[in-house]
Amino acid sequence: MIEILESGPFNTVQDLGRPGYRDIGVSASGAMDPLAVRIGNILVGNDENAAVVEVQTFPFRLRFERRIAFAITGADGNPHLDGSERLAWCAYVAEPGQVLELKQPPRLARSYVALGGGLDIPVVMGSRSTSLRGGFGGNAGRPLAKGDRIAIGEDAEIAMLPATGLAVVEPATALSDVFPAPVDGVLPIRALPAGEHELFTKDGEAFWSQTWRISSRSDRTGYRLSGEPIKPVASIEMRSHGVVPGVIQVPPGGEPIVQMSDANTAGGYPKIAGVIESDLWRLGQARIGARLSFVRSTHAEARAVEQAVARYVDDVRRTSRMVKRALKAMA
Amino acid sequence: MIVTTNRHASQREIVPATNSRARVSSVGARAFLLEAPGEFDLVAQRRIWALSQTVKGWADLAEDIPGMTNLLVIFKETPEDPDAVVARLLEAWANAESIDLDGKTIEIPVHYGGEHATDLPALCNLSGLSDREVVRIHHQATYRVFALGSAPGFGYLHGLDPRIYMPRKTVPSLKMAKGCVTIGGMQTGVAMLTGPNGWNSIGFATLEMFDPASPIPAMMAPGDTVRFLPARIEL
Repeated sequence: MIEILESGPFNTVQDLGRPGYRDIGVSASGAMDPLAVRIGNILVGNDENAAVVEVQTFPFRLRFERRIAFAITGADGNPHLDGSERLAWCAYVAEPGQVLELKQPPRLARSYVALGGGLDIPVVMGSRSTSLRGGFGGNAGRPLAKGDRIAIGEDAEIAMLPATGLAVVEPATALSDVFPAPVDGVLPIRALPAGEHELFTKDGEAFWSQTWRISSRSDRTGYRLSGEPIKPVASIEMRSHGVVPGVIQVPPGGEPIVQMSDANTAGGYPKIAGVIESDLWRLGQARIGARLSFVRSTHAEARAVEQAVARYVDDVRRTSRMVKRALKAMA
Repeated sequence: MIVTTNRHASQREIVPATNSRARVSSVGARAFLLEAPGEFDLVAQRRIWALSQTVKGWADLAEDIPGMTNLLVIFKETPEDPDAVVARLLEAWANAESIDLDGKTIEIPVHYGGEHATDLPALCNLSGLSDREVVRIHHQATYRVFALGSAPGFGYLHGLDPRIYMPRKTVPSLKMAKGCVTIGGMQTGVAMLTGPNGWNSIGFATLEMFDPASPIPAMMAPGDTVRFLPARIEL
């Protein structure tokens, strides 16, 4: 068990999502930074899709009720165990009674708490993710709150963790060649032109050339962007069609909305572009107020990034297994 | 406020997304949207249902979402040759023979008018019909569930009489109640969640249509027939 001692309003249980039900209107949900979830779970010896806590409002505190392996991934720092600082992207063992605290990370938006054995929560429609909009999944369909106690699954690998922790090179560093760093504080996000791009002939270039800011009306469902509005040459009423996270829709006001993890499953607003899936976690880690620009990408580039990410995850999986086995043999 | 929205709405033309050939466009790198050409009708939708059955047999398919005379196809990974995917989709579309789905009939009792019918006056203005006529036209029609989406269990219903078409609002209602019976363009439906909604509400239904714990969570399925029964008319 873990007990939640303190939590902001929007911290939820998430895994890699609930795909496969969009055709009945159910959003996939899942972590805003799925790469962080996969790495956190690998570090503590879980299946990559095990349920974790997504923390996006800080501070967040929990108490361990038994010996549990944990790793904080996603954010760039500020986890504390019983008041002393620990590294992010590193698996440790916590003792019963110890308190983990996550303070606001320096730059990024979301931290993930992966626990050895995973959060033991009922699977609803193939996932443990919280659907806040639907009010189901995760922690009874609602955010975590002070006093919540959550069971943790069986942990097979806890004995194999080194006492000093097992760390990994975080994706932003390990994959710096495929994930370009922000330029003058502007995060480059790659996207492909989408169905109604041509409707924005006049303003299409303005979409790609300007710097957008993530507005305060942004959440797990979508990021609303502020900037110079872009208007279509004609106002059309589209037939409703399926959408996925990453789609960039332009409502009549002209300020784009990027659908995120809790994306609607259908839409009718004109689509100017679609963010490539491999870049979505970077958007998921961008905070309200952050600046970004869209960079025209290609399927070939999207594929190359996807493959680089897959190689990195495979490498982390293989190496952490090897290290744990070696340590066990030495013990 | 309602008058402003309505005046703006009436200037917007409702046009089909495509006119001649089926169109395929990208949504990000892994998803492709095929839009059927021509009329917004059951004939086109039956071919979409057939296309959906075809793509479900593709080994590289992750998921597909039928929409209103369109189909979104999501692949497991970004395809190496997007042009080949477009060609494959267009070929499957060309070979898709119209099928009908064996649906059930769902009857939904509706309280027309009243506090939830926030957009009924605007619809009367737009259509030039009385509220009584709007309600009669709405409940006398028989609807088919074309597709589900937007909210858990929400069915997009086809069969709305063109006299009461009404474009989506430019400024959505911020907190439309779950159960509102709504019109969005050429489509009608019942709101499944309380929240922002750009469709126009003319009534209210209390029937529960989604249960996440059920093996079949959504009551509606594509192909079903829906009738709205006027349980109460409050004008």
